[in-house]
Amino acid sequence: MELFTPELGLVFWMFIAFIILFVVLAKWGWPVIIKNMDERADTIDKGVEYAKEAKAQLDSARADAQKFLDDARKQQAEILRDAAKMKSQIIEDAKKEASEEAKKVMDAAKVSIEQSRKEAELQFKNEVSKFSLDIAEKMVRNQLKSDKAQTELVNKLLDEIENN
Amino acid sequence: MNSKKISIVLAILALLIMSPVKAAASGSGEGGVNVKEIMFHHLGDGYGWEVPFSHTYRIPLPVIVRAEDGKWICFSSSRLTELEEETDPATGKTKVEAVPRIVNIDKDGKTYSFLLAHVSKHSNKVVQVFPVETDSDRAALQAASDSEGAAGEYGVDKVINGYVLYDGTYYKEYRPFDFSITKNVLALFIASLIVTFMVMSVVRWYSKNGYKAPRKGTGFMEMLIGFIYVDVIKSTLHDKANRFAPFLLTCFFFILVMNLVGLIVIFPGGANLTGNIAVTLVLAVMVFVVVNIKATKHYWKEIFWPDVPLFLKFPLPIMQLIEIFGIFTKPAALCVRLFANMMGGHMIVITLTLLIFIFAAFGAVATGGSVVISVIFSIFMLALDVLVSFIQAFVFTLLSTLFISMAQENGHHEVKHGNVTHETLPDGDEAIKKDNATEVAL
Repeated sequence: MELFTPELGLVFWMFIAFIILFVVLAKWGWPVIIKNMDERADTIDKGVEYAKEAKAQLDSARADAQKFLDDARKQQAEILRDAAKMKSQIIEDAKKEASEEAKKVMDAAKVSIEQSRKEAELQFKNEVSKFSLDIAEKMVRNQLKSDKAQTELVNKLLDEIENN
Repeated sequence: MNSKKISIVLAILALLIMSPVKAAASGSGEGGVNVKEIMFHHLGDGYGWEVPFSHTYRIPLPVIVRAEDGKWICFSSSRLTELEEETDPATGKTKVEAVPRIVNIDKDGKTYSFLLAHVSKHSNKVVQVFPVETDSDRAALQAASDSEGAAGEYGVDKVINGYVLYDGTYYKEYRPFDFSITKNVLALFIASLIVTFMVMSVVRWYSKNGYKAPRKGTGFMEMLIGFIYVDVIKSTLHDKANRFAPFLLTCFFFILVMNLVGLIVIFPGGANLTGNIAVTLVLAVMVFVVVNIKATKHYWKEIFWPDVPLFLKFPLPIMQLIEIFGIFTKPAALCVRLFANMMGGHMIVITLTLLIFIFAAFGAVATGGSVVISVIFSIFMLALDVLVSFIQAFVFTLLSTLFISMAQENGHHEVKHGNVTHETLPDGDEAIKKDNATEVAL
């Protein structure tokens, strides 16, 4: 049974040891450790919060930049589209003008061609009539070499006039 | 690689089996071991501390006793025993053994005689002895001897109440107040120093490195402190945590270190501290004092006028009796739980080791088998005891925290009030935090 009966001396020394340990640690040990641990935890929490905030700010800044970028891209696209439109417009206009000009030139050319053709026709006519007259003259001269023939012709012509 | 390992293990096992065969062959003349005595010797206290791996030589420690006439007497524990050479007639081997002897101390002209009692009611304790000289003393001894039964404690010599047997004669004994620095007391001091050193190493780290997280041992220590402080104390006691944290943390680390030091077999350890009821008793009394001295009015009201139907508390104070009983049983349970767990662990390991010597009587094969099994189980039990050491320290702290928090409860009226203060406090803290945050941001 000696194991189950507390020994007075040991109780006394245990009491002393515990009290001394408690006083020493309660004075110089635990409060310092607890304070430090709490403060460090606070610092870390603050750091985390700060990092979170910084991250949020960064995110918003990034979003802003993205927005600007998107806007710029949109604008660029718009400008490009406008430019393309303008280009086609200009080309169209140029084409139209060119065709008009060409038409004008063609018309003028047609007119001058017509004129020169008419002139040529006239000239040709004159030539032809001259030639035919010449030919006719020569033929008539040839046919009318005799007086008889001449009188016959005159008579015939006269008949014709009479018949009319 | 693997087969090599296996062969090494087999070789060790073979050695283990072979060695006791030799021992059994040589030491067969010895009688059986006194299991109970060995066990009590290992579990109990002692006036000297055995030098590692020797049963004979002890580190002397001061014996401080108050003699019958009120004088304080101090002497070295080495004087309690003398070395005696014994020759075994069968083998011719001599062995040195520590045998108790009477210490005579002269102080102020008087001689005080002390003896490390063996066959006595106070066995293994220092007693003051007086020779039985006068006839009346002899008659008294005879009467006492007759009133005792025939059987002695170990079946060898008769234990007579109030007398101690030494060298064949009975002396009148007086058990003095004994404040000796025994093995357990010294172990207590060593454990306290270890705890102080462990805690102060963390404090030193903080003073050197500020908020930098500690590494290695200090980091482990801080982790343990954080574990107990945050998860046990703070989560139970909330805003009152800082008032009780020093006490509870001291309890935890003191118990933990005492448990673990007790598991170390040789010198700085080996004292069965938390398996000694005196130690756990003091711890439990401390908890009892802290719980009840710091208790709120509500706690006492709940004890003396609890919220139960009137017939349970008025004519017959049934509930009051139960509650008052509960005040004492809670710390008593703490005391017994820690004591029984730690002593149980030690006892199992010692028993397993002693099994070898018990089985030695049944021949070589039984001895070899029991050696292997005992060693394996002892190692397993010691490993388990390391776990139990931590768990018991933790449970003690956890339950103490719960008892304290139960005694810190406020009534319903005060709860509302408490909530209000609760609400205002964190707000202020948040405001401060915000300020700090803005400072950081700036």
